Amino acid sequence: MAKFTIALSGLNNIDSPGPGVPVIRGIRDSKILDAKIIGLAYENLEPGAYMHDLVDKTYKVPYPSDGVETLLERLRYIHEKEKIDVLIPNFDSELFTFMKSEKVLQEMGINTFLPTLKQFEERHKSNLPEYGEKYGVKVPYSEPITSVQDFRDHMEKFELPVVVKGKFYDAFIAYDLDQLSMYFNKIASKWGLPIVIQEFVRGTEVNVVALGDGKGNTVGAVPMRKTYITDKGKAWGGITLEDPTMMELTDKIISQTQWRGGMELELIRTDKNELYLIEINPRLPAWVYLAVAAGQNLPEALVRLALGEEVQPFQGYATGKMFIRYSYDMITDLNEFEKLSTKGEL
Amino acid sequence: MLKIRKNIAISDSGFVFDPLSGESFALNPMGLEIIQLIKNGLTHQELSEAILGKYEVDGETFDRYFYDFIATLKQFNLLEEDTNG
Repeated sequence: MAKFTIALSGLNNIDSPGPGVPVIRGIRDSKILDAKIIGLAYENLEPGAYMHDLVDKTYKVPYPSDGVETLLERLRYIHEKEKIDVLIPNFDSELFTFMKSEKVLQEMGINTFLPTLKQFEERHKSNLPEYGEKYGVKVPYSEPITSVQDFRDHMEKFELPVVVKGKFYDAFIAYDLDQLSMYFNKIASKWGLPIVIQEFVRGTEVNVVALGDGKGNTVGAVPMRKTYITDKGKAWGGITLEDPTMMELTDKIISQTQWRGGMELELIRTDKNELYLIEINPRLPAWVYLAVAAGQNLPEALVRLALGEEVQPFQGYATGKMFIRYSYDMITDLNEFEKLSTKGEL
Repeated sequence: MLKIRKNIAISDSGFVFDPLSGESFALNPMGLEIIQLIKNGLTHQELSEAILGKYEVDGETFDRYFYDFIATLKQFNLLEEDTNG
């Protein structure tokens, strides 16, 4: 088995989990890759950093908001020690920085497999209506706003309730102006502006995890319905579906945009069986291990694509495969926490 | 003729899984028996005869419960669209 060093972020396996740990589980399950896993943590208490059976070594990294150079400087240091073959960023908020640095990373010998800047930008929540029109996909009506007054100015275009969404994360349903204003401030203080106001589409939330090869081909795709949703809107349980319409939509989006890398389509299926695209997340989601269990090891395929290998598309997956998330109190010693918080390495 | 959608999975214990919606349902033994008869391609007349011959129930009562059951199957999208009961 070929040995590779793979660095990745998103080790925050908390109630609103990052995809790092499930991506690692996929890589660990691989019969082709023998991986040394390097965790990149932003916070001292990201659980993945302490999961030594999954993560071999963890380094603290600066927030993307500290600037590209600071992050690259840290990555150079880590690369010098670890010789990273593949880097998988797992947060929406850091993707821009990594995409911008793709060439520099490649020169250093670090491979990535990320969407292009154009692909990343045009699927932004604030650009979704244009996206829907361009690619012939049904999307709910939405407007980016920078103040509550902005919404008042556009109010006639909406019917309450509406969905109030952050640039990167968070979404709340507002039933009146007071709630809208409250959520606006809550999200703006956390993720900045603009805030996106989206038409509320009633229906069942369904999702697809997919991987595009950058040439218009779908390497793999698995649809899922959330069977248990937390108050943060995250899936606490889910089940794989057999839905040709969702697969056709995924193929259409990937082939038309020549999508490169992992993605998650968030969709609403209405009572009339219409699919509305409400969001495209430009990375593998935290529930990606369900796809692995259903027969499509997308994290493994992503690593192989990053290494420049030809990857044959997956044929099928198991329907009715379920996941149930759980919480678990991991015990660790103070000296572990001390190492990560003082030396920035564990 | 009534037809159960072809990708609907029905276990021997009466557990029904719709892979399109991800929904699952539990049938009681009578519901399971009727669904199996529908799957075997029986017409309403044949199905009614089979049940009336086996259980102590009159035709009118059976029909009432039968159509109620079929309406539920339709409501949950478990029947083929062109099915007419």
